[in-house]
Amino acid sequence: MSEKPVISASGLSLVFATHDGPVHALSNINLDIHEGEFVSLIGPSGCGKTTLLRVIADLEQPTAGTITVNGMTPHQARERRAYGYVFQQAALFPWRTIAANVGLPLEVMGLDKAEAQRRVKENIALVNLAGFEKKHPWQLSGGMQQRASIARALAVEPAMLLMDEPFGALDEIVRDHLNEQLLKLWAKTKKTVVFVTHSIPEAVFLSTRIVVMSPRPGRIHEIIDCNLGADRPLEIRETLEFQRIAQQVRDGLRAGHSYDD
Amino acid sequence: MKSAGHTSSLFHRAAPVTLILLLLVAAWYVAAYALNAPYQRDLNARQGVTVTTGELVAQTMRQQKPTMPAPHQVAETLWKTTFGVPVTSRRSLVYHAWVTLSSTLLGFVFGTLLGVVIAVGITHVPALDRSFLPWIITSQTIPMLAVAPMIIVILAAVGVTGLIPKALISTYLSFFPVAVGMVKGLRSPEVMHLDLMHSYDASSWQTFWKLRVPASVPYFFTSIKVAIAASLVGAIVGELPTGAVAGIGSKLLAGSYYSQTIDIWAALIAGSVVAMLLVALVDVAGRLTARAMGARPS
Ligand SMILES: Nc1ncnc2c1ncn2[C@@H]1O[C@H](COP(=O)(O)OP(=O)(O)OP(=O)(O)O)[C@@H](O)[C@H]1O
Ligand SMILES: [Mg+2]
Repeated sequence: MSEKPVISASGLSLVFATHDGPVHALSNINLDIHEGEFVSLIGPSGCGKTTLLRVIADLEQPTAGTITVNGMTPHQARERRAYGYVFQQAALFPWRTIAANVGLPLEVMGLDKAEAQRRVKENIALVNLAGFEKKHPWQLSGGMQQRASIARALAVEPAMLLMDEPFGALDEIVRDHLNEQLLKLWAKTKKTVVFVTHSIPEAVFLSTRIVVMSPRPGRIHEIIDCNLGADRPLEIRETLEFQRIAQQVRDGLRAGHSYDD
Repeated sequence: MKSAGHTSSLFHRAAPVTLILLLLVAAWYVAAYALNAPYQRDLNARQGVTVTTGELVAQTMRQQKPTMPAPHQVAETLWKTTFGVPVTSRRSLVYHAWVTLSSTLLGFVFGTLLGVVIAVGITHVPALDRSFLPWIITSQTIPMLAVAPMIIVILAAVGVTGLIPKALISTYLSFFPVAVGMVKGLRSPEVMHLDLMHSYDASSWQTFWKLRVPASVPYFFTSIKVAIAASLVGAIVGELPTGAVAGIGSKLLAGSYYSQTIDIWAALIAGSVVAMLLVALVDVAGRLTARAMGARPS
């Protein structure tokens, strides 16, 4: 990991000015993420996970510190479509078919029709939604909608995926299934992934590194390495190594939390 | 099985409507008797005829210029003036309805365009947002009946007569619901959808066409439903001060001039039928559009 980091934050802070005074959403964040890493952000509600992801995506502006994405400002990186962003809800446009939803970013980019069609087809197949191209979002289950939204993010062919609790609203079985699929996808495409979650097993199962955050002010409490190897069946969660890392994350979360009780 | 279920559900829906209609007609007959009886008694007394209650009731239902015409009198006039005369005749209600309808539609199209343009302006130019809306609201607080004659007179002075002045009054009444509804519609996209477009580095033009416009479609149909009814009112009101010779408004005016109460009521009902048809038409167009846009059938 000697090459330059894809995402590099140093001394990053963000204070929201609200009616009840300032909210320190992020405080002195130092974090380097390298190409091909799968980094999870985990922490209690309000610790700034979403805010950090949004700063990387140039959807929010930091109030102090610096951040670079691919060596550029987040703004420049966004203009070059450096990332695909997956929201907690699928956020599909209800009046568009699944295929048209997946093709939306490509339309915005002004890609030529044939290439756009190829990418739409390819990414819909990748998330196992082949055959649902002409359906509208309401005709799909929540899990299928979220898969469509992942296909939409992938269609941009970004080197980086930013995912904010993409499976948070789904039941456990669907979630397990999508976790496996995401992992395969990551192994296949070598994309850099920044993934926000509330679930310890999800974080341990997916990540190469886990960033444990704590609230008020939002900050990084601990960074835990987690390399369970490229090939991870769901059963890996029964292994001792998995349990050990999960325990480490749990301890980190507890320690981070005890500051304000 | 299936068709039987369908028929019975149709029956369940039609039954209450029919019942209310029957009750209304019954109440109308009672009112007709109550309102026409004093004059009839007077008349009978002056002519020195004595009648039974039954005869009195019958008399109140067939006066030439009743205070309150009975339903069958209005129905008869409606029938005769709708189907009994050629539609090109000045006695035809269809002819008059068409005259009113044409200025309604013209005014409605103008009003809808104007409303949409204003809404786009308000949602895209912050200065307009603050300065424009209060004026638009004020414009609607001015009583139409007072403004209509002025518009007609001023336009006539500059040589504009006929369809346009009436249509402009419809425009005046119909742009407002469209402007207000479309401002709401164009602002209806969720923050998440806007963030999504932002993450694609979409231009505001792209966000407008790909997100704001489609999101505003249901709001559009809701507001033009109100706008088309307002346009019809505008067209009728516009016919009153012009001394128009044609149109539902002119029938109302002529009817009241000559105390032809039956004609007035027939014209009123013709007006409501046109209004109902127009609103229903917009409603159907809205549903078809929603279906074409893949909305979940409700
Ligand atoms: N636009 C905003 N204006 C003001 N305060 C905000 C805004 N967005 C977030 N915050 C505050 O910043 C803090 C961090 O919010 P953030 O959404 O990043 O938390 P989170 O870790 O994603 O929480 P969760 O797990 O509940 O999603 C919270 O206290 C939140 O109230
Ligand atoms: Mg969040």
